[in-house]
Amino acid sequence: MTVASTTQLVCFVILSSTLVLGSLAVVLLPNIVYSAFLLAGVFLSVAGLYLLLNASFVAAAQVLVYVGAVNVLILFAIMLVNKKENLAPIPGMALRRFLSGAVCAGLLGLLIRVAFTTPWALPGPTPVGEDATIRIGEHLFSDYLLPFELASVLLLMAMIGAIVLARRDVFSIDIITGEPADQVLIEKERSPLLLEPTDSVPLRSSP
Amino acid sequence: MTADAIPLQAFLTVAAFLFCIGVWGLINSRNAVRVLMSIELMLNAVNLNLMAFSNYLDGQLVRGQVFAIFVITVAAAEAAVGLAILLSLYRNRETVDMERFNLLRW
Repeated sequence: MTVASTTQLVCFVILSSTLVLGSLAVVLLPNIVYSAFLLAGVFLSVAGLYLLLNASFVAAAQVLVYVGAVNVLILFAIMLVNKKENLAPIPGMALRRFLSGAVCAGLLGLLIRVAFTTPWALPGPTPVGEDATIRIGEHLFSDYLLPFELASVLLLMAMIGAIVLARRDVFSIDIITGEPADQVLIEKERSPLLLEPTDSVPLRSSP
Repeated sequence: MTADAIPLQAFLTVAAFLFCIGVWGLINSRNAVRVLMSIELMLNAVNLNLMAFSNYLDGQLVRGQVFAIFVITVAAAEAAVGLAILLSLYRNRETVDMERFNLLRW
């Protein structure tokens, strides 16, 4: 074994153990803020694995998009909805966890068995290495041009949809005086629509 | 340049672990934000598979990397819309507990 392959092996072991342990912690930790920060670590170790696979452009895109955008978005969502609430216990939760764990372990076994029993056409063609970025550019502007353009439309639709879904309704007319409230937008009073009726405050009076 | 030290199956195994952890978290999470995180984990597992196949089996035409870029794009759009839906839900139900989003349950 040469020094380069040993280095690759050591990097792979470190990155993959970070990946698996970090993703387990993302799923299992009770504090969701820790989960969000560990998710950034998981994304970074995936980017490191991409570097091991001769894909520097996709590794950079992974860091920029996932760590820079998606993870920050998740942190903002946690900040906006962070309310201490005691989740009511659900009967059969332990059984559900056990059953789904068994199903996931079975799926894992199936995937690993497929990976090890399929006769892959190895060794394939020699990887292009650092020229991969040039090849990606050629693909994006020749045979993958239509999906590339559709992706821009999809991103535009997602942006508009997110704005429409997340903005609050504002009145343009003052509901008390009936005059246009164009100087200061008056936010509608915060009224939850679908709260479950509690015992103290019933939502509708029984006839 | 070929990664002789690491077999293809090692990458596939790591991706399988990541995917199964994501599935388990998707089923068992009570917090809606954690469900979105689990979906991101599963998408990353799929991307890792695509990149491994692109490097080992399709080294000249790196089509797997192009697919991975498209998956990253769609995942970013999905995260934005999903978190907007989550905010809207939180405004209406005052909770992020997945077990209480049961308006359509029969």
